[in-house]
Order: sequence, then C-alpha cells, then structure tokens
Amino acid sequence: MNLLHLMWAFFVANALGYGGGPASIPLMQDQVVHGFHWVTNSQFANILALGNALPGPISTNVATYVGYLVAGWPGVLAALVATIVPSAAAFVGLRSLLARHSRSGLVRGMTELVQPVITVMMLLLTLQMSRTAIGGVGVWQFVGIGGLSLFAMIRWRLHPAFLILGAFAYGAFVMPLASG
Amino acid sequence: MRSVGTLRQVALAMMRVGVLGYGGGPSVIPLFRHEVVTRLAWMDDAAFAETLALGYALPGPIATKMAAYVGHRAAGGVGAVVAVTAHILPTCLATVALLSVFGSLEHLRVVRDMIAAVVPVVVAMLARMTFDFAVRTKRSLGWKNGALSMVVACGLLAAQVNSALVILLYLGFGAARSHIQRAFAALRANGGRRS
Repeated sequence: MNLLHLMWAFFVANALGYGGGPASIPLMQDQVVHGFHWVTNSQFANILALGNALPGPISTNVATYVGYLVAGWPGVLAALVATIVPSAAAFVGLRSLLARHSRSGLVRGMTELVQPVITVMMLLLTLQMSRTAIGGVGVWQFVGIGGLSLFAMIRWRLHPAFLILGAFAYGAFVMPLASG
Repeated sequence: MRSVGTLRQVALAMMRVGVLGYGGGPSVIPLFRHEVVTRLAWMDDAAFAETLALGYALPGPIATKMAAYVGHRAAGGVGAVVAVTAHILPTCLATVALLSVFGSLEHLRVVRDMIAAVVPVVVAMLARMTFDFAVRTKRSLGWKNGALSMVVACGLLAAQVNSALVILLYLGFGAARSHIQRAFAALRANGGRRS
C-alpha cells in the first residue's frame, strides 16, 4: 500500500510541476508533508538542503530520500519510477506531436498559466518554512542565517551547496556554544 | 532509427552530467549541451535548443527528460533506460548513504543543531526560487494578468482547495484560452473580409 501511495504522491507532484524540477518542490512538499505525513517540514527542508548539496536533479533526490524513508529500496524504486517514467516516456514518445502543438499555442497557453500557481505555492512554502526555521533556531538566528544566505546567493552568486555546508558547520560548532 | 552511439558512450556521458551537475535540473543544461552537442555530436545546436524548449512544455524534471531523449536518440529504448539510470544512480546511492548516516546520529544534540541551522538557508533558496517564478510569470502574462492570476490562486489555496486541483484548473483555462483567442481571431478575420 505504501508503495502505491509513494507512486501516487510522486506521480502527482511531477506530472503537475511545469517548469523543471524546482516547480515540483511545493507539490512534493504538499504530498509528503500534508498529504501522507511521511516527513515533517523541518525534515523536508533538510531533504531539500541535502538534495541541493549533492549533484543530480533535485526531484529525484527528494524521491530517493522519501522513498527510502518510507519503504526502503523498494520505496526508492517506486518513487523514482513515478517521478521519471511518465514525463520521460511522454517526452520521447510525443516529441514530434509536441513540436506541432507548441507552435499552435495550446501548450504555451497551458504552461504559461501554470506559472502563477507555482509562484504562489512557492511563496506559501517559503512562509511555512520560515515558521519552521524560527521554531528551530529563533528569530535572530533565522534572520541572520537566512539574510546572509540570500545576500551571498544574489550578490556573490555563491552556490547554495556552500551555504548549506556553512550552516551545518554553524550548527555543529557555534550553536552549542550559544546554548551553553 | 539508426543508432548513433554505443550504450557505453551513453552511460558514461550521462553519468558525467549527473555527477558534475550541482544544483538541480536547470543548472545541468550546459553540461548536457557540452556532452551531446560538443563532445559526441549527436545533435546540432538548433536541435538541442528545440528539444530543450519542448522539454519545458511537459511537466516533470527536465534533466531526466533530456537524459531519456538523448539516450533514445543515441541507442533506442534501451539507451533511454541506460541514460536515465546512469544519470541518477550515483546521486541516489549517495543520498541513501547520507540518509542512513543522519538517521543513526539523529539523537545527538549536535546533529539536531545542524539540522535546525540549515532550514534558514533553505528558506533563502525557496525565496529566490519564488522570485524567479514571479519574474517568469510577469514575463509571460504581464503585470496585470500575472498579478490577477496569482491573487486568484492564492485565494483558492487559502480556501484549502487541493493544490493539484488548482493547477488542473489553471491548465484547463490555459488550454481553453488559446482556443478562445483563436476563435476570436478567426471571427475578426472573417468579419474583416466581409466588410
């Protein structure tokens, strides 16, 4: 049953995520945190962090992680198949058909109108995660770490992987000092 | 279709892209291009650009779609399976290994602090993605329609409408919109001819 649930959750999240992997993030969170309660928001944040610190597509990393947590290796396989196969098979099979329709504007009209929904879902997820972050490290550390991360990503174009490693180091060495 | 590459070539190329591509789907596109267009010459630049654009027209992760297509083009159906597997397998194994390590250390105070400290970084990442998607929305729908459709989506989601349903609703409207616009355009063209 868990395997079917895994397949359903990751199929829905990826079949509706238009605009590449990142678009699926809020949908995956909705399924695995709110839908099936497999992980908490804080766990999901860490899955995203590790998924981003490791190479490879973020959706397949999340699918692997949650699949393994829920049902071991069979779970990994179920979550990955549901993530990859529908869109990959459709793409290989329908490429020529797609090429015709993308010019007709039908496909463009659909993908364009999904973007505002993804934007709003991403925004709501950001707010939810802010609450989780404040619950974990308090307001000041949240503002400090989050603000510095945002600045480093935008101004210095620093890759998130370094920030994630930096945050791990901060949690390991600085936070124990502060809390005594 | 005649095979243009060996399975070994497919596997090695896609594994390189998978292992070297940090930061999720979109950031690996230049690596795909390097392997497929520059190194192996399985596609020219124009074909690659068109494939990429069409890939974005379908939902789901872009990297696995690209890998499947490249593998299929180079070595048929088996090539597609080999390409996708080679692309994600190394990271999959690393993910499970990391998960096991974290899982066995979760009771430690230090690990709990590390886990808590990383959440603000994730918030910053998500904030940036939100901004990117907002810019894309503005570019394709314009200020007014973009903002309007976001407010409506926000209302629906706040009213606890299932997120999948909201997306399907917008997809349906998007599909219908092009039909409606075309019908209007045809009507206007006909009207113009008559007068």
